[in-house]
Amino acid sequence: MSGLPQTPSQTVGPFFHYALTEQAVDRLDPDGRAGEPIVVVGTVRDGAGELVRDAMIEVWQADGGGRYRHPADGRAADVPSAFIGFGRVATGKQDGAYRVSTVMPGTVPGRDGSVQAPHLNVQVFARGLLRHLHTRIYFEGATANDADPVLASVPEARRRTLLARADGTEDGQARYRFDLVLQGADETVFFDA
Amino acid sequence: MTANEHPDRYRARDRAADPPLDHPAYKSTSLRHPDQPPVPLDHTLSEVTGPGPALSEVSVEDADLTTNAGTGTEAMGERIIVTGRVLDEDGAPQPGTLIEIWQCNAAGRYIHEGDQHPAPLDPNFIGRGRCVTDEDGSYRFLTIKPGAYPWRNHPNAWRPAHIHFSLFGPALVTRLITQMYFPGDPLHALDPIMGSVPQEHWSRMIGAYDHDVTQAEWALGYRFDIVLRGPDATPFEAGGAGALA
Repeated sequence: MSGLPQTPSQTVGPFFHYALTEQAVDRLDPDGRAGEPIVVVGTVRDGAGELVRDAMIEVWQADGGGRYRHPADGRAADVPSAFIGFGRVATGKQDGAYRVSTVMPGTVPGRDGSVQAPHLNVQVFARGLLRHLHTRIYFEGATANDADPVLASVPEARRRTLLARADGTEDGQARYRFDLVLQGADETVFFDA
Repeated sequence: MTANEHPDRYRARDRAADPPLDHPAYKSTSLRHPDQPPVPLDHTLSEVTGPGPALSEVSVEDADLTTNAGTGTEAMGERIIVTGRVLDEDGAPQPGTLIEIWQCNAAGRYIHEGDQHPAPLDPNFIGRGRCVTDEDGSYRFLTIKPGAYPWRNHPNAWRPAHIHFSLFGPALVTRLITQMYFPGDPLHALDPIMGSVPQEHWSRMIGAYDHDVTQAEWALGYRFDIVLRGPDATPFEAGGAGALA
């Protein structure tokens, strides 16, 4: 039924920074009106446990009210105007770390009347990734996690790889740590979305 | 689909044409590909929304790479026009889609600090640009033809000339980063990145020389249409492969 063939994916390669992340989008709520401010930090590691120092992380998320800034969300007009919900950062050339300051998203409607727990949608790009990876960051201890249908679809033993854990505070904001592992024993769950 | 309709599910990626994550000929995949199969994710509001529409509103056009270094002097190299349309699988134009491109210069050197290839940098070329597709999904860049360059994947390895393309499309799941190659390049058959896609699908990644795009006394023209995932009207079978097959 489909007519035109999709254009295949190719790797972002090692030389994307000056085009895509030189101006990092790492403050998702510049005027502080979209929800409870949080900071999310972490690293990316490969199958040998080495830091991946040339990855790009993109975040897409709802605001504190669980609304997306997108025409498919009928509540988009209520999203504070300065909040797009998009973040884009590179991992550090030295420390392999990323950091975004944002807001805790609200619960988001799921399929068939279900409720999705607060989560950030994450896409990972890097040299050596011929197509990008897709995952979600949930928050350890959030009560809505128990009823989240996407978390429930993940083998129980691996669900913890999708949970950011509380990591103190930073300038009075709750900080969460979410470390990505591309391969191996603690491999992060990636989705076929 | 009209612009006012919003699908609640998109068709699956074409995995017959997409590269595998584990592709031994491209050495950097060896420690970076997940071992576990991906977990199927039926699309929700989180996947059928995405940053594309909002980013298109806030992005400033910067589509002339021959002059956007801002030095007042044109970049060195063979001036080319790269144009095309962004469509979905149904052939529906994708208007308002942000396209970002980046490339090396005519000598095969990126302005990136990590590029140590001993070829000259061009002070009048930064090698990045962006534009937003118009109502019929069209885009147009003016740039210079990138050179080939060596890399260390294997002995005497060279990347064929290419331009990196990044697109958002209407939804999170229409995100695409790819590379456009040039027709007739003998390096195609030697490149493990291009070779990660089965050869019968290479035409989807190769810009076509188009003499109607070429402007007399000015620049050669290439046409490169990009096809993103389209809306899926097939009911999802709970627990089955269904739309995710």
